[in-house]
Parts: sequence; C-alpha cells; structure tokens
Amino acid sequence: MSNQQVDMNNLKKEIPKGIFIKGLILLVIGIAAAVFAYQIDPLRASFNNIIALLLVVSVGMGAIFLVALEHIVGAVWSVPFRRIAEHQSFIFLATPLLAIPIILNMHDIYHWTHLDAVLADPILYQKSPYLNEPFFIWRSVGIFVIMSLFMFMFYRNSRKQDETKSQKTSKFNAVLSAPFMMLFAISITMVAVDYAMSLEPHWFSTIFGVYYFAGTFATAISVLTLLVLRLKSNGNLVSKINGNHYYSLGGLMFAFTAFWMYMAFSQYMLIWYANIPEETFWFLPRMEHGWEYMSIALIFIKFIIPFGLLLNRNSKMNPSRLKVAAYWIIGAHIYDMYWLVMPTYNHASGTHGPVFGWIEVGFVALSAGIIMVVYYLAANKKNHLPIGDPKLQRGLDFHL
Amino acid sequence: MSKLYSIAALFDTPNSIMDAAAKVQDAGYENYDVNTPYPVHGMDDQMKLRPSKMGYYTITIGLTFMSLMLFFMYWVYNIDYPQVIGGKPLFPLPAFVPIMFEATVLTGAVLTVAIMIIFYFKFPNNSHPLHDSDYMKAVSSDKFGICIEATDPKFDINAVKDFLKSIGATQIDEIYFDEEEVNHKNKVLEPKFVIGLILIAGFTSLSVYLHMNKLLYIPPFDWMMVQHKVTAQDHSDFFENGISSRQPVEGTVARGFMPYLYVDDIEGASENLQNPYPATAENIELGKRKYLTYCSPCHGDLGKGDSRLKGQFPNGPTIHSDKIVDWTDGRLYHVITEGQNVMPGYKKTVTRKERWSIVNYVRTLQRALDAKVEDMQ
Repeated sequence: MSNQQVDMNNLKKEIPKGIFIKGLILLVIGIAAAVFAYQIDPLRASFNNIIALLLVVSVGMGAIFLVALEHIVGAVWSVPFRRIAEHQSFIFLATPLLAIPIILNMHDIYHWTHLDAVLADPILYQKSPYLNEPFFIWRSVGIFVIMSLFMFMFYRNSRKQDETKSQKTSKFNAVLSAPFMMLFAISITMVAVDYAMSLEPHWFSTIFGVYYFAGTFATAISVLTLLVLRLKSNGNLVSKINGNHYYSLGGLMFAFTAFWMYMAFSQYMLIWYANIPEETFWFLPRMEHGWEYMSIALIFIKFIIPFGLLLNRNSKMNPSRLKVAAYWIIGAHIYDMYWLVMPTYNHASGTHGPVFGWIEVGFVALSAGIIMVVYYLAANKKNHLPIGDPKLQRGLDFHL
Repeated sequence: MSKLYSIAALFDTPNSIMDAAAKVQDAGYENYDVNTPYPVHGMDDQMKLRPSKMGYYTITIGLTFMSLMLFFMYWVYNIDYPQVIGGKPLFPLPAFVPIMFEATVLTGAVLTVAIMIIFYFKFPNNSHPLHDSDYMKAVSSDKFGICIEATDPKFDINAVKDFLKSIGATQIDEIYFDEEEVNHKNKVLEPKFVIGLILIAGFTSLSVYLHMNKLLYIPPFDWMMVQHKVTAQDHSDFFENGISSRQPVEGTVARGFMPYLYVDDIEGASENLQNPYPATAENIELGKRKYLTYCSPCHGDLGKGDSRLKGQFPNGPTIHSDKIVDWTDGRLYHVITEGQNVMPGYKKTVTRKERWSIVNYVRTLQRALDAKVEDMQ
C-alpha cells in the first residue's frame, strides 16, 4: 500500500504539450474566424456563437455534474477519474467568453428582446416576466456564479484531501452535492431554455432541458473518456486503470445515447400526436428545404450509430474502439446543437435550408480550442489522481 | 444405480477459491465449475471463460420480434382494417415506435430467460447431481467450492483428490448421482400446478373486475366521474331552455347530404327531376346490388312481381307494366325515396346515389325483358 502511494506521488504530472499546442492553434483560428465572422455576417456569427456556447457549457458544466454525481452516490469505480473531471470542469469558467458576444447581440438573435414586438404579441407579453433582457442577463450571471462556486469548492476540497487524506472531506462533498444537484437541474434547464429554446419564443417544450442535459452528459463523459485515454497512454495515470474502468465509462456513454433518444423521441411523438399548431411549428422548419434529411440523419448520427458502436462488450473495453465512439458522440452533439439552433437562423435571415461554411467550422474550432487550452492550463503539473481519497485504492481495484 | 458425478472440494475464503480456480485451470482440467454463495468478481478471468454469447441471442430475438410487431401493425392498419385514426396517415411510424420498443424489450427479456430455462436447465427436468448434497448446502451458505466432473478427459479419482488437497481444499467429497433421477422428466401439467394457475387467473380477473367496476365508483376514487363540464343531452342552466345541446341553425344541411325538395309533390318530381348519374356499368352494378338487397324481396329478382314472400305479404307489382315503363326517372326516384301505398320510403337506408343507381338498374331490367330488334345487333 505504502509503495503504491509513493508510486502515485511520483507519477508524471506534465500532460502532453500537444494538447496545448493543438488547442492554441484551434483557439487562434477560432478567434480569428469569430472576429472576422462578426464583421462580415454578425447574424450568422451570433447563431454559431450559441452553438459554441452550448458545446462549452456541455463539456464544462457536465464535468461539474460528473464530479457531484460521484460524491452524492458514493461511486467507487470513477474515483481515479475524478480529478480529471475536476480539471475538465474548469472549462466552465470560459463560458463568459462565448456568452458575452451573444448578450451583446441579443437584439439580432432573440425576437422577444424587441419591446414593440412583445407589446404587440399577447403570448410574448404574457411570457415577458421571464423573457426580458435584465432577467436573462441576471440568470446567466447567477448560473455562472453559483456553478463556478460549487466547482471551486469541490476542487478545493479535493486538493485539500490530497494532503489530509481525511474521510471527512468526502462526507462534506457528499453533503455539498445534494443542493448542487437541485441547482444544477434548474441551471441546465435555464441554459437550454434561455439560449436555445427562446430562439423561438412562442414555442415551449417542458422536456427541452432534459433533452439538452442528455446530450450534455453524453458529451461530458465522452470528453472525460478521451482525456483518460490520452493521459493513460502518456503515463500520467497508474497502470491499474484498465478495461473494467473503460467499460464503465463506455456504459455511461451508451446509456445516455439511449437516454437522449428516449427524450428526443418523447418530445417529438407527443407533439406529433397532439398535432397542435402552436407546438408543431417548431418541427416544421426542420422538415423542409433540406432540413428533413438533416433530421433523419440526426437519428442515425446521434442514436443508431453510437448505439451500434457501443453495444458490444469489447467495444467498451478496448481503448481504441472506445476512442472512436467518444469522438463520434462529441461530433453528434455538435450536429445536434446545429440542428437545434440553425433553423431559426434560416427564419431570421430569410435563407432556406442548412447553411454550412467556414463560420460554422470556425466556431466549433473556437470551442474545441477553449476546451483544450483551458484543460491544459488547469491540469498541467497537477496530480491527475485524487491521491488522498480513501476510496482511491478501491476504485483502482475495481473490476466488473 | 449410482454413478460418480464429480469430486467436489470446499474452500473457506473467496481469495483461496480464486487461487484454486486458477490452479485448476492451469492443471488443464476442462469440465469443472466453481460454486460460490455470491458472485465473486473476476472469477470469469480466473477460469478463462469467454464472454457470454447470450447477448447476441437477446438482441437477435428482440430485433426479430420488433420487425414482426412492425409488420403486424402495418398489416392491421393497411391491409386488414385500413382506418384513419386521429387524422394520422395509415402508416403512423411514430405511434408504432413505443410498441416496437416494448415488443423488443419484452421478448428479448422473456425469451432469453426461457432459452436459459429450456436449453441450459433442461426444463421440465429440475434435478441436478449436485442437488441435495452437503457440498451444495455448504456453497449456498458460506463456503466456496470447485467441482471437477468425472467426464473430464484428465479425470482420475485419486489424482484429482490429491491435486485438490494440494491446492488447499478444506473438505473433499465424492458426488454420486442416480442416472434415472437426473434424466427423469417431470410432468408439466401437474394437477397442483394447473389448479394454481386457475386460481391465479381467477384472482386476477376478480380483482380487475372489482377495481374497474366497484372501486372506481367509491369516493374518493370516483373523481373522474365528477367533471365540471356539460355533456350532450344534459341539463344546463346557461341556456334559456335548460338543454345543453343547441339546435342547428334553420336550414342547416349535413355534410354530404342533399335535401329532397319534392317530399309531397310527386308531379313536381316526375316533371323536374333528372337522373344525375349516367347509366355506366359501375352505377348499374351498384344499382343491381342495392336492388337485390332492398327491392327484390317484394318485386322479385327480375322485377316481375314474383316475390319470394309467396303471399305472406302483399306482393309488389311488376315493374314491367306499361304504366311503370312510361314513368319518368323522376317519378321512379320519388317512389323509391318516399314510398307508395304499402311500400315504405327508402331515403333513410339507401343513399341518394344508390337510389338513382337503382333507377338505372330498373331501366336496364325493363329494357332487357322488352328488348327491341336493334338491341340484338
């Protein structure tokens, strides 16, 4: 036991420089593309900005959720990955970078910010106690502050535990996680409703927050899986992390792939069945001018293909196959966000059909760059295992 | 007739059984099994078991039944009884998905268990050589056991015993079995079992009946019965006449319905009405079907007044008399619609188009029984 702990303290702390360099390149490209796009076509740029924001929130806020989930359920198998998830949750701190341009461009994107339109429209008028500019901004600030606060508390406790190795810290984290869970549920619903659903302020779907959450969880766990595999191959983690751990990560990816389909289908089927114009109008633009193929492809990209990729036991145990599935799920989430946001861009700009070009690529590159650079800055030269956690040894010994 | 089934060895701790399993595997035995009171993690690695193939059966079964269910619903909705429900298309795929999902999950789960019971546990046989042995009693409470079967190619009674002792077994038993007992097939339809099934069915039916017909009518479970809405034919204080249903506006015409303007005016009908349906083969065929259904009982299949009522009821007159041949289409139509003498009107049972088609058919019959020379050419 003592040998292994010495071993853990002497683990390599430098993470691959490649993450930083590639991330920096993507970030520079992304920032250049974003700035340029805002000069040329501010409307399209701001819609893509929403996609980028939703991606970064998914990865960052999803990671805070993963940490809290482990604390509250007392999970054992995921303890070796908790510190990586904690470093990943620092990505959430970068969200203002992407949220501020959206808030500055609100009038272009969100129809409900126009006071004359709201006064002329009884539905928007009734919704205005929630959908108004000051409250929107305060909500965003509040979510950012509260989530960051919890993120720092979890991280500080975890770092402190590296020294003290105290069981009390674990208990305190579990207590802390309970209110976090409630706040998280409200927060992520608000993010989804505010930034994505209020693009069509007349439309409402109570399942929308859960829909976004399903994609968020799958994306966060996929990014975590990629980080674990990269750090493992770089020698930052102990060799005891093996197929049994990968299987559990893959199992969650698989579960939330199916969960997303469950939510997406529930939303679609209820609206399709009731067939009420005030609900169906959201799906109509997604069923014409080329979007119908995008919608059918979404079922395959986000559900059928990853379901097949992860169904087999070996596909979850084998790192190289798991890596393919993780990249696929992240890509599918990007596609899903594009599908959620861009039909409204058609409506706002008077174009027809899906648009794709360097602006879309640039904003995805921007969010990928943010994720990689922030992770590198947060994680480099730190412990990558929660070496003080009493459950760590049990987590490392975990097998199916 | 007792035969040796296996040599069974007991161990005290999960760690020792893990070591023992690895050693038995290394020694080259093939037909052996490990019995533990609870699943010992990592045992399949020690025994070098390949991952179970059961999952492939399950998904194959699930997808098969999913396709069958999809085909069944397609058959019901599109072939057997095509009916538009809720304004949805005849192949409403989203509405099928929940049923397909349920069929997949249900058949996948139930048939997997059934396959296990039938092929692995050899249903309806329920005995196994290890049953009723001290070894089984021990491994199902607090001991861990390995048993090496006599069918193993390397099996040799003394060598196996020595080997098991050498790897630290605390107790070694020889397990014998009675071939007849193990191969005995139990009767599936055991009277007790059948009676049990009948009792369960009776209990289920009774409780469903009581629930649906009694419990739901007792307060407070009857909240669905008391609803603050006015139903048709109900009393309503809102309207002056106290009836919830409203009368249609004067002159309202039902959809697809053409009001008949000559109800008491046979002369007007005979002068003004024209047959709007041409005497096509299709319309005459329709008229023939309706004629045979509604007219032929009195007027006869060919309209000769030779009804099969045979005097039990006043016979309808022939339709081939000069009087009726000379009638206009409008007059014929009026008689069919409103009736004449003892003949009732058919406007309630036969639609407008069908009545005009009957007129066409009657004209055809008249022409057929009074053919002119030029018809023969």
